[in-house]
Amino acid sequence: MAEAPQAPETAQPPLPTGPAVPAPGLVDEREPVLRRIATGTPMVSLLSVVLAIVIGGILMAVTNPRVATSAGYFFARPSDTITEIFRPYAALVQGSIFNWQGADVAAQLYPLAETLTVSTPLIFAGLGVALAFRAGLFNIGAQGQLIFGALFGAYVGFSWHLPFGLHLLVVVLAGILGGALWGGIVGLLKARTGAHEVIVTIMFNYVASFLLLFLLTTPAFQRKGSTNPISPFLDQTALFPELLGPQFRLHAGFILAILVTWGVWWILSRSTVGFEFRAIGANPNAARTAGVNVGRATVVVMALAGALAGLSGIAQVSGTEKYLSAGVAASIGFDAITVALLGRSTPWGTFFAGLLFGAFRAGGVSMQAVTQTPIDIVLVIQSLIVLFIAAPPLVRAMFGLNPRRPKRKATPAATSGAAS
Amino acid sequence: MSSLRHRLARKSLLGVAAVGASALVLAGCGAPPPSGGSSGGTSAANSSYLGCMVSDSGGFDDKSFNQSGYEGLQQAVKDLGIQEKHVQSKADTDYDPNLRSMVQAGCKLTVTVGFLLGDATKNIATANPNSHFAIIDYSDPSFPKNVKPIVYDTAQAAFLAGYLAAGVSKSGKVATFGGLNIPTVTIFMDGFADGVKYYNQKKGKSVQLLGWDKDKQDGVFVGDFKSIDKGKVLTQGFLQQGADIVLPVAGPVGAGAGSAILEAKAAGTNAKLIWVDSDGYLTAPDYKSILLTSVQKTMATAVESVIKDDTQGKFDAKPYVGTLANGGVALAPYHDLDSSVPSDLKSEIDQLKKDITSGTVKVSSKSSPVSGS
Repeated sequence: MAEAPQAPETAQPPLPTGPAVPAPGLVDEREPVLRRIATGTPMVSLLSVVLAIVIGGILMAVTNPRVATSAGYFFARPSDTITEIFRPYAALVQGSIFNWQGADVAAQLYPLAETLTVSTPLIFAGLGVALAFRAGLFNIGAQGQLIFGALFGAYVGFSWHLPFGLHLLVVVLAGILGGALWGGIVGLLKARTGAHEVIVTIMFNYVASFLLLFLLTTPAFQRKGSTNPISPFLDQTALFPELLGPQFRLHAGFILAILVTWGVWWILSRSTVGFEFRAIGANPNAARTAGVNVGRATVVVMALAGALAGLSGIAQVSGTEKYLSAGVAASIGFDAITVALLGRSTPWGTFFAGLLFGAFRAGGVSMQAVTQTPIDIVLVIQSLIVLFIAAPPLVRAMFGLNPRRPKRKATPAATSGAAS
Repeated sequence: MSSLRHRLARKSLLGVAAVGASALVLAGCGAPPPSGGSSGGTSAANSSYLGCMVSDSGGFDDKSFNQSGYEGLQQAVKDLGIQEKHVQSKADTDYDPNLRSMVQAGCKLTVTVGFLLGDATKNIATANPNSHFAIIDYSDPSFPKNVKPIVYDTAQAAFLAGYLAAGVSKSGKVATFGGLNIPTVTIFMDGFADGVKYYNQKKGKSVQLLGWDKDKQDGVFVGDFKSIDKGKVLTQGFLQQGADIVLPVAGPVGAGAGSAILEAKAAGTNAKLIWVDSDGYLTAPDYKSILLTSVQKTMATAVESVIKDDTQGKFDAKPYVGTLANGGVALAPYHDLDSSVPSDLKSEIDQLKKDITSGTVKVSSKSSPVSGS
């Protein structure tokens, strides 16, 4: 409709058959950085994690008074110091994968179930960010889209009373709608007015979180008989079924996350729209010249990204939290950016990055509870991972993986005289 | 020449390094503690008792209820010789897993803080009937028998503060603002508003309150408990409107109000500050010179006494309600500004305190744990 003036340009659209090769001159400043971050090698991701864990270990060793105490008699009994340094990481594993001190199988496997539970919203929101990345859009707005999804879903969940099965379906659809709406507006603004998506999404996050805070004080959302900003519980029929019984928090939302990850993979690598997204991400100008309706695709990709983040909100209200509060989104929408980066913006990469971050979150709890390590250290480790992923040359240099090395060898004469 | 200096510098550096290294080696030469022993428990009876605490997302350094509650736990460690564990929640989604981890760690009693942990505490307590819980600033009639609510009728102490502020104010305008419009905040503002109103009725004055309308239950809020800069801007606005006493009910954001008043004082406008939760004279000493008083909630004492009862097997689920009568809430001393409070007013406040305790003067708030919810 609005694309009518562009008709002459798109009159002879020779649909590209091979991968769209970007014309170097047309790439705008932002794209190469974004693409480099989004498509770093798996090795860099892995090494970033290793590096962050090592630095985190040093930090914990320095800040932990028990390490200092045991270092006081290091030579008399070095094992104590070493144990103290590794105890927090042992607790991390114990709280996220397998609890070898558990009394029965259920207690031993509880951490793993907990990791999967905590990962679920991270995976959804991460996919939302990753999908937008692939189309060259920096979606900082997963937080706001998640809140909108949770808002829509929770409202349907506690105020409509539908039969089992149907209710959950409607809640999930409402969540998708809420997120898609909030993301779609951003796409529309970008396509029609050129408003930069980073600024718009950041502002939309504020709008969403304060709107939520306000709505929780209105009779429509506030729990009856309570003066606190908290919503009623969702109906039992609106909740994801528990997968492993009531003593675990793992719910069917995780299965949905697996299916959705596959769906996003299918969209990106097998569908026409996915191909258009990737073409725009590689070079919007070339894509436009090749006949892609960039404006429409921007709206669609942002709506889809929003829908995925909205599902993350549903994983919260229908899965773990079961009610709406001002903090229902925690920092999931922002962690999702890290998850998408770590997963190099591929669907399955994001899935496993989500699992890793879920493990950090679940394990962080027991790091605190068992060894009294400050939770902030876990956040430091997460932040270091992002830092290293954003600077692949740094990581490569630290591990001597720089591809330029052979070149230096080729000119030894230049440095031979300098040694003294 | 330069290379010689270089070498010398390197030598002295080596020397320093050697001294440093030997210091490290020496530092590592201490005697190890006997292995397998318990970690320093002296009072044998309680050394196996584990008291725990889960904060809300404000953290243990919030200069408010998390911090006060944690001080109570530390006091219990000191006085009763118990062991403690504490975990900090970073987000609302952490409450459930954090509480579970405390139960798994073998905590006898777990103290949780704030209404946000209400549902999580109820669920975990129901699932673990043999563990005990106490929750600060929240009460729910449907709590199971192993949860003890610790709540405060803060409006009583805030009422005194309102009466005091109205009496001390020279401009005839006093102000308040909150962090969020939630009951534990607005109960201060309700009491403060009623105190001002009571003063006006008794004295035939018309001291005005800015920032809170008790009937509409709405007023001025920061929007969180973190933005100290916003607290400062709000306070500057109140001062410009002529208010000369400000009551910030927003935890650490009170510091913003304090710095705005200090700056105004330097510029020649006199105004005073009323602190909340703890005695600001001790916890926020920067503002000593402008601090009129504080509306205190003595949470540390309550937490310690609940733990003490539990170690003696006297745990019960009856809510602890802090009032002026039992000292759970109080108006702090006037400290440095003692001379700015007329002695007539002081005795009126003392009398008012007695009247509230005896019930002659009724203090009501929609948010009160006694009359409300």
